[in-house]
Amino acid sequence: MNLLSVFLLSPFIGAVLLFFIPRGSRTLIRLVALLSALPPLALSVYLPFVYDTARGGFQFLGEIPLLPELGIAYLVGVDGISIALLFLTAVIYLTAIFTSWRIQTRDKEFFIYLALLVTGVFGVFVSLDLFLFFLFYELAVLPMYLLIGIWGSTKEIPGRGVFGWTYEALKVGTKEYGAMKLTLYLLVGSAFILAGIFYLAVHGGSFSYLALQQSLDLPPDVARVLFLVFYVGFGVLAGIWPFHTWSPDGHAAAPAAGSMMHAGVLMKLGAYGVLRVGFGLLPEAGAALAWLVGTIAVINILYGAFGAGWQDDIKYLIAYSSVSHMGVVMLGMATLTEPGVAGSVYQMVSHGIMTGLLFTIVNLVYHKTHVREISRMGGLAHFQPVLATAFVVAGMTSLGLPGLSGFVAEFLVFLGAFTSQHPWWAVPAIVGALLTSIYVLRAARNIFFGPAPVHAVEDAQGSEVVSIVCLVATLVLLGVVPRFLLDSLQPTVVEFLKLFGG
Amino acid sequence: MKAFYLVLFAPFVSFALLALWPGLRRSGKPAAWTSIAAVAVSLLSAIALFFQYDGGVHEVRWVWIPLAHFPSLTVGFLVDGLSVVMALVVALVAFAVQVYSLGYMSEEPPASLGRYYTYHSLFTFSMLGLVFANNLLEAYIFWELVGACSYLLIGFWFYKPSAARAALKAFWTTRLGDVGFALGIAVLFAHFGFLSYDKLFALEPSHALFLGLLGVYVGAMGKSAQFPLHIWLPDAMEGPTPVSALIHAATMVAAGVFLMVRLMPALQHTPELLHLVLWIGAITAFLAATMALVERDIKRVLAFSTISQLGYMMAAVGALSAGAAFFHLFTHAFFKALLFLAAGSVIHAMHTNDMFAMGGLARPMRWTMILFLVGALALAGMPPLSGYFSKDEILVATAHAPVPFALLMITVFLTAFYMFRAFFLTFTGEPRNPESHPHESPVVMLWPMGVLAILAAVAGFFGSTVHEMLNHSLGFESLHSGEEHHPAWIPYLGLGLGLLGILVAWMGYARRIFRPERVYAAFYPLAKVLEERYFIDHIFLLLYWLGYNTVATVVGFVDRYIVDGVVNFVTWATFEVGKALRRFHNGVVQDILLGVVVGFLILAFFATGF
Repeated sequence: MNLLSVFLLSPFIGAVLLFFIPRGSRTLIRLVALLSALPPLALSVYLPFVYDTARGGFQFLGEIPLLPELGIAYLVGVDGISIALLFLTAVIYLTAIFTSWRIQTRDKEFFIYLALLVTGVFGVFVSLDLFLFFLFYELAVLPMYLLIGIWGSTKEIPGRGVFGWTYEALKVGTKEYGAMKLTLYLLVGSAFILAGIFYLAVHGGSFSYLALQQSLDLPPDVARVLFLVFYVGFGVLAGIWPFHTWSPDGHAAAPAAGSMMHAGVLMKLGAYGVLRVGFGLLPEAGAALAWLVGTIAVINILYGAFGAGWQDDIKYLIAYSSVSHMGVVMLGMATLTEPGVAGSVYQMVSHGIMTGLLFTIVNLVYHKTHVREISRMGGLAHFQPVLATAFVVAGMTSLGLPGLSGFVAEFLVFLGAFTSQHPWWAVPAIVGALLTSIYVLRAARNIFFGPAPVHAVEDAQGSEVVSIVCLVATLVLLGVVPRFLLDSLQPTVVEFLKLFGG
Repeated sequence: MKAFYLVLFAPFVSFALLALWPGLRRSGKPAAWTSIAAVAVSLLSAIALFFQYDGGVHEVRWVWIPLAHFPSLTVGFLVDGLSVVMALVVALVAFAVQVYSLGYMSEEPPASLGRYYTYHSLFTFSMLGLVFANNLLEAYIFWELVGACSYLLIGFWFYKPSAARAALKAFWTTRLGDVGFALGIAVLFAHFGFLSYDKLFALEPSHALFLGLLGVYVGAMGKSAQFPLHIWLPDAMEGPTPVSALIHAATMVAAGVFLMVRLMPALQHTPELLHLVLWIGAITAFLAATMALVERDIKRVLAFSTISQLGYMMAAVGALSAGAAFFHLFTHAFFKALLFLAAGSVIHAMHTNDMFAMGGLARPMRWTMILFLVGALALAGMPPLSGYFSKDEILVATAHAPVPFALLMITVFLTAFYMFRAFFLTFTGEPRNPESHPHESPVVMLWPMGVLAILAAVAGFFGSTVHEMLNHSLGFESLHSGEEHHPAWIPYLGLGLGLLGILVAWMGYARRIFRPERVYAAFYPLAKVLEERYFIDHIFLLLYWLGYNTVATVVGFVDRYIVDGVVNFVTWATFEVGKALRRFHNGVVQDILLGVVVGFLILAFFATGF
């Protein structure tokens, strides 16, 4: 029994137990969900301290052969990169449960899907067998369709422009549209990934990541094509431009916990896939195509930051800010420098927590005011001081205020960009932070500041406050004591860069 | 030297208490006393540190972000002459302002008062952190934190739309400068691989050093409100007046100057940059003083005056005279904080900022009048008050550059004029608003002002101490005027111009020997340009609309209706094709057989070779 199995078994057993709990036991349902979130969190806090940096590599390895003749096994292990992301997932899972505490409709199913989704995410981060990896990847992606389709929220987006007439036919803006769009995009991405993984396995003779790292020897042209396959396949989920448009529609339609999970964690699966499978297994091709990854990332940063400035719907605004911040993640890895890659992973964690917090806040604002348009809000800080404070903290994180996690991440990426072969990348990266300060603080002003609104609205309550406090505390922890994650992450990155001769 | 931990962390403890303990924060007065007690501890420790200081350089550092290919990024603290003096100034003004706020903010609800003191504690900690930082990255960290505190405190009355707007403007403008700061740090790190002061000071002149320091200077321009990034400071007066005194007069806005003084050993290798600093400083000093001439709002007069004085300090930096710059920073902190607090006392009594609605306050508010007068005389450079000595040093230091020197000299006249215009409008003549019932402010507000007034009066005599302390940190003579023989008439000319300014103000606003309204009318176009602040704000507004909002609209529209339009079109087309093809799968046997026959014929056609 491997230590890492806790990550998989805990939410999975939680889901199974939930299945047998009668629908009426509302408290019991939540307690079981909560209990299933605690062991992974405890373990993910423990791992950075016990990971042996002197030894490096993947640790806590566990292997159970599944189909030996095809080289498929239950092979798990973690290094500094996966430890950081496990921590992210554990925190978001716990806080997503608190955020969803007061959910009314079909709460049992909701928590089951959530637990299954988390099982998939944990699975991706621990598995070292590509077959297993893909299995968990799909498990993580699919429950989102139901989470959005059943518990989402709907609005109409009237069509305009050349293609305007298609908008009504497709019901753009509804939760069904958002769910469909997100799922189709990600499945197309998965098709690329599946093809790529099979190609690798056939040529490398195994599904094992460790074995492939040793044995894989592809002609450069093939490797490059394959890298692009993985880049696009995983990149869709990471929201790379121009395959990002599922993200605003999907995240805007999703319920709070859905957006938290999806923008907070699932988008990182995509980035993790590009880093681990793309760059990790095809380093020469990755190095040769890093310019493309970095340039697209720069587009993401600026495009997302400008796109966010136009939105009047708070959920869309936050979703576009995710597109921008995922650009920072992709830029960091494309620099192939030590600060850049470390910053990239750090940004995955930082952005995950931050965007989880932002989506929690905007969903709470929406539920309490029943308004999503910023232009119809104002002065909410009078009645929602907790939400206002949390929004400013999250906003400050996203614009890279020191003392909060975003600064560590963005500063590292920024240094990485500047010391890479394309120093000019640093300029859009830092301008992106400036633009973030424009749209985020403007939103804070328009939503929360100004004269008090006519009707009193409720502030965050009980479990919602717990969720917000946990997320804010994590942002501060990661901002002040970066070594909590960096002490294990940084040696891993150094080791990873050896693949690129660094 | 252990005292510095208390100096730095006492306000942090108070911030942590207030932030994490909602019960204490919302209690109002107890929260205020927590914060004041902390800053008192900080002040006492800073005094102890000052007297214990042995002339050495003491440093501690820890690894903050470990790196292997580069030197790890560290944080640490540097206790030397410069930081010891600056910490004393910060702690002193912070203490005075926090005590004063007890009176000024007494009408706030308890929760709001607690929030106010929470921000204050965080600010004091961050400002002291910036003072004790031992490397540029750490300086940047605290630099941003004081900026965030400034944002929070300007927007403290968030329900006022103007305050919320001013907070945004301040944050965005300073952050625009910080883009330069961050790029500068990156250049230095990429080229030299370290950011700690001691190593930067050992560098030889180089292109990279120039670019890096240029970036840092752009950051300092934002914080220290140098032209053209000065636009946020007048609007920042929307915050509570004690905040303006502490953050937007004495400490945070001086941080840019402080950083330049700190970097002087490296800056001396970049003469071109220093030339730029000198010119921009002189232009800032002059332009801001002209804008103050037509201002009606008493706080904004002081804000323009602050910009102008920061211009003086920067000009001194540009003239390689870190000593004069820092000495002026030192004296300015006291007399400008005093002026703001006295103005706050007036506003507290009158419930307006408009000087033209005041007048005749000398009788009901005698103490405030005296205190304001001390500050105004110090600012106008009247001996033996502190401003005389420090301004004189700057004028002497810049004497070798004719145009900047001339600008600064003219500004001496303008400064004395606008300050005494404000003084006479506020305190002399008949009350212009009969509705108002002004009263002297409570003792809790007067005492802090009294302390600052004494310092504003006597700080000028500590010139040699300040210079000596600074020499310890810089490692060379901080005052460059000693080696050049400067003309002896400079102090007299400065004094004469200052007196002339006071005289003209007295003639116009106290005795009405000439009518300022007529002068205003005669020079209406010019006055309008000054009132519109040279249209610089409009240029930035245009930049904001064209550079951000227009692009955002285009990007947003394109993304939703073009990029996504294509996506939706493809989806729609797929559905339609599906619908069309569905007709062929209708399950009617005859149709299927027809399909088989047609298919067979087509295949036969191809197989037979046409």
